[in-house]
Amino acid sequence: MSQHDAPAGALVAAPSTTSRDRFGVLSRSTLLRHTLFALIGFGLYYGLVQISSDIWNSAYITPTAYYVCAAAGLTLLVGVSGQISLGHGAFMMVGAYTTALVLQHWHAPNHGNLQLIPVLFIAAAVSAVFGLVVGLAGARLRGPYLAGATLALAVGLPQVTEYHSLTTKLGGNQGLIVSTPSPPSGFDLYRWQSLIAGIAAIVILWFLANVMRSRLGRSMRAVRDDEVSAALAGLSVPRVQVLTFVISAACAGVGGALLALVKLVAGPGAFDLALSLGLLAAIVFGGLGSLAGAVYGSIVVVLLPQWSQDFANAVHIHSGKVTNNLPLLVYGVVLALAMLVFPSGLQGAVLRLRAVIMAQVTRRQRSRAG
Amino acid sequence: MFRFLNLTLAGISNGMIFAAVALALVLIWRATRIVNFAQGAMLMVTTFIAWDLSQNHGVNYWVCMIVAIVAGLIIGGVSERVLVRPVENGPPINAVIVTLGLFIFLQGLAGAIWGNAQAHSYPPGYSIIGYKVGSRTLLFSPNDLYIVLAVTVMLLALYLLFNRTPVGLRMRASAFNPEVSRLLGVHVGRLLTVGWALAAAVGAVAGLLAAGTQPGYVAPSGYFDALLVYGFTAAVIGGLDSSVGAVIGGLLLGVLLSWADAYIDNNVEGMYALIILIAVLMLRPNGLFARPAARRV
Repeated sequence: MSQHDAPAGALVAAPSTTSRDRFGVLSRSTLLRHTLFALIGFGLYYGLVQISSDIWNSAYITPTAYYVCAAAGLTLLVGVSGQISLGHGAFMMVGAYTTALVLQHWHAPNHGNLQLIPVLFIAAAVSAVFGLVVGLAGARLRGPYLAGATLALAVGLPQVTEYHSLTTKLGGNQGLIVSTPSPPSGFDLYRWQSLIAGIAAIVILWFLANVMRSRLGRSMRAVRDDEVSAALAGLSVPRVQVLTFVISAACAGVGGALLALVKLVAGPGAFDLALSLGLLAAIVFGGLGSLAGAVYGSIVVVLLPQWSQDFANAVHIHSGKVTNNLPLLVYGVVLALAMLVFPSGLQGAVLRLRAVIMAQVTRRQRSRAG
Repeated sequence: MFRFLNLTLAGISNGMIFAAVALALVLIWRATRIVNFAQGAMLMVTTFIAWDLSQNHGVNYWVCMIVAIVAGLIIGGVSERVLVRPVENGPPINAVIVTLGLFIFLQGLAGAIWGNAQAHSYPPGYSIIGYKVGSRTLLFSPNDLYIVLAVTVMLLALYLLFNRTPVGLRMRASAFNPEVSRLLGVHVGRLLTVGWALAAAVGAVAGLLAAGTQPGYVAPSGYFDALLVYGFTAAVIGGLDSSVGAVIGGLLLGVLLSWADAYIDNNVEGMYALIILIAVLMLRPNGLFARPAARRV
């Protein structure tokens, strides 16, 4: 396509003047490009956190950040490798409880907030191991069977906390207190929480972006599109599927760990089926398989309760029942209609819009050249 | 020994309810190769309708039952025609997501109409005081007997419908080979709608039976989510493809859960279901009763 877009007046069609090469080394090194995007993203995020009020930071920005961690992992699993999980809330729960238990038993006052880095890695590692177990089972299951098994996981796992020999260790249905280190001096608590969650989310997005563009990412897409062809091409289908589950679960684990660190408690109530289905709604709404879509979707899912409150006020609905359930109604409609009406989600709309604008720009350039 | 027998009896009546939910899933799976994840929410809504009638308008138990069945027929049929039809031949993941969307939507709808704050109780059909053998009380009441009989009658009715009526023959034909059925003049699409309506009606009965077994059953989420998981587990034990398998799977699951509740811990039923489901899927993915089939490469 880019070759045909060369200015009509040019005598020599030079393939080197395509848009890809306009940015020199950046277009050749995916890693460098993603790192640059991550740094720019962090700069913008830092600015956003600084200008936002405490309420905005604690109610919207931080939750969006930990939602993004889990949703990005889920979109890799569902959108890129073609598996499904209705139980990603369970992996978040593993991350949250791991964080609570580690912080309970590891007092490191001198390290302060640096302690959080190993804690998040441990949470990711434990969730990854858990994901390995589920993935090993999942690689043998297809479509609705996998969906049903992960649904059972989402419903069943929170009950572990009530198992008689574990209630004292896991705090029963009250959950565990999380002793999050206090922010370093000079930092406002809510901004600090937003920053930590945001850094983790950006690192995860950076990591997943690289995974998607790597050999592994291509293998995942091959497995998703046609398992038989992928196997014939020499890929080990189960290995790719299990590895995806492990990565995806680790990301969700970090999301859960952040949730626990911010809420100061890890309890089973936060990780119900609604959380898992909310994550799925987020990635479907944003556009399956797109990291940018996972971000948009997470923003929408976090803001939706507030929006429906505002909407209810605007149209004078004063029934708490209706207002509280509007987000659920919207998720439901979005999920049910997304597959029928806009399967590529918000990110698909963004890409289409960009294509239209680019087409306009080239047309203008051409008319100027001609 | 008496305790063991009692637990088994208690498991059977619960198992019949799981069997009915499994049956609803199997009916849809056989016709369209879709697992209806909205089944739990569908039967939640029909149960709420019946509860509203009986609680707020004092309507008779049997009238409520009929209303719930009719509501199930409508919800099932409309869902198939409007939402499921367009994804029936797409990738399985799309159908899963659409039924989940319906699941969440119905939960939101029930919450918006009846509220989430309070869990309501539905009256059982018959007395829940156990029969007595000598001086000892069985964990089996007239209501349990009613559950067993109701599900059995439903099974027989479905059996007769599928094996003795022209509609049933057409439904089996269109599930077995839609193309050929179409060529022979069978209106396959309409029969799929009928199949979904029928399944939702079976679910509606299961929902009412289940709601009568425990106080505080009727709420937008909670018990009904678990009921969907149990029904799915029962259906998978039976192979997801056979109605007899679904019933045996339901009974097996009911009895196993009853034993595990009493002998291990009664707070973690969902965990047992998860373990049983995973074990069956790992060891006998086509169900306990499937003949070994050639592996699809």
